[in-house]
Amino acid sequence: MSRKSSIIVLGSASISNNFSLPLVDIPVRAGFPSPADDYAEAKLELTEYLVQHPNATYYIRAIGDSMVDYGIFSGDLLIVDRSLDAKAGDVVIIAIDGELTCKKLSYIKGEPFLVSGNSLYPPIPLLGKEAHVWGVVIYNIHSLQGKCS
Amino acid sequence: MIGLIDCNNFYASCERVFNPKLEGRPVGILSNNDGCVIARSNEIKPLVPMGMPAYQIPPHIRKEVTLLSSNYELYGDMSRRVFDTVREHTSDLEIYSIDEAFIHLLGFDNTVEYCKRLRSIVKRDTGIPVSIGLSSTKTLAKIANHVAKKNPELEGICWLHAGEPRLEALLKQLPVGEVWGIGYKIAQRLEALGIKTAWQLRQSNLKRIRQHFSVVLERTVLELQGTPCIELDDMNTPKQNIMTSRSFGKITSNFYDLSEAIRAHSSKGAEKLRSQQSVARALMVFLKTNRFRNDLLQYNPSKLAQLPYPTNDTRVIVKTAHEALCSIFREDYLYHKAGVMMLDLIDKDVEQFDFFHAAQDTKEQIKSDRLMSTIDSINKKMGKNTIIIGGRTVNATWSLKRDFLSRRYTTRWNELLSVKL
Repeated sequence: MSRKSSIIVLGSASISNNFSLPLVDIPVRAGFPSPADDYAEAKLELTEYLVQHPNATYYIRAIGDSMVDYGIFSGDLLIVDRSLDAKAGDVVIIAIDGELTCKKLSYIKGEPFLVSGNSLYPPIPLLGKEAHVWGVVIYNIHSLQGKCS
Repeated sequence: MIGLIDCNNFYASCERVFNPKLEGRPVGILSNNDGCVIARSNEIKPLVPMGMPAYQIPPHIRKEVTLLSSNYELYGDMSRRVFDTVREHTSDLEIYSIDEAFIHLLGFDNTVEYCKRLRSIVKRDTGIPVSIGLSSTKTLAKIANHVAKKNPELEGICWLHAGEPRLEALLKQLPVGEVWGIGYKIAQRLEALGIKTAWQLRQSNLKRIRQHFSVVLERTVLELQGTPCIELDDMNTPKQNIMTSRSFGKITSNFYDLSEAIRAHSSKGAEKLRSQQSVARALMVFLKTNRFRNDLLQYNPSKLAQLPYPTNDTRVIVKTAHEALCSIFREDYLYHKAGVMMLDLIDKDVEQFDFFHAAQDTKEQIKSDRLMSTIDSINKKMGKNTIIIGGRTVNATWSLKRDFLSRRYTTRWNELLSVKL
């Protein structure tokens, strides 16, 4: 039996992984040479704006409709920082009885509650429940593409 | 002062961060191909011994435990997070393995307090629990870490002074094979000489140890006495042979399954050669039938093939391996395993001076180096196997069997943790 292989090299490729944009502090006119070249500053990195503690930051996908009043919709991307202490009013990822969920942390008459951003869902008392805060939601990334028509 | 930071039950802990239901439950992580249990949570330890093949776990225990395929992409990223977090608080960090690192602590007023804080920060930021062993040498720090893990009342931190009486009692109960760097064979030889415990090793004659064993073991003795002398670089010598092989998910007699497996293994071998700047002079291709299947015909051929010149070029290595496979393949057998071994490795820079071997034309070699480093950097940036030589079948027989794989929560956009609102 003879089965020979053959290898074809298609050519060389070049790639760039750089998605950042240059910050220019004057309006740019079309034409050459660009008078803006001398004014190029540091590049704006979106993650630098959104993420303060990279080692402690995790991305989580939100599923469900219980947080719509706080602007979190099903399919949104949550940016979660584990290094922050959760305070009343923070939206948190929390483990209750082994299940992770996303709610607003609140105190009602001095007692801790998880509050939904949807009147259909009543507040959940935390007292007497096995619960620990997994992380604090610091941003929500919601795509508007095709959603406002 | 040296500290060893060790992640507790690291693989199981990584899974628990993203699946809190597993907290407090017996969790086992399976080897490549879901073969046997390679990592265990504390809860599964009394139920399933280390290394037990998954199919041998009795059904009544199987029902009680959670078994998961190993998810190295997740573990790798969590490891990076743990040690980057530690690095934010101490600059002097030597990573020893995926779940262990040494830290050098100088000029801290209260080392134990500092380590307690570090430990709680790592747990908070990554969700991974760690233990820290402290002592004057790496070998003793390892032992201190062991003590920290075994005694919950220490809250994950143990400081073992080289001169304290407690150390003697500890080393007297510690079998010599449990000391860092002492493998099974050396332990047996030591025991034959009457050295059965870590304490006996510490008290043994240095000259005698060097004569019977090596300077490495002599250093271990010095370290047990409290004199630091082991550098991690000692353990990091490049590999002389590179082996890539794997069992198939199911046995096969299909030539295309085998040739694809050999192509993937030889590509991986070539990549490993490049990452340690070596070239190989030869390779060996082998096939194996399942020796436990007495009902099937057995055939375990191997073929050694010389490469046309010392190289780490994937194209040349894949072609040579393929020809070797063609010469040993027989249709009448059901194969269980295939592999490729890179042989006779030499340093890439030394190779140029090797007069007796055919060398690659210099111009060709420069072209080949450029192509290979381009492929490596693309695969590094865009993910493994973005560029491969030849085609590849998804879910091929030879590919990993990973039936219980969790998501790669931290490295893939389409596998993020989803949380119900």
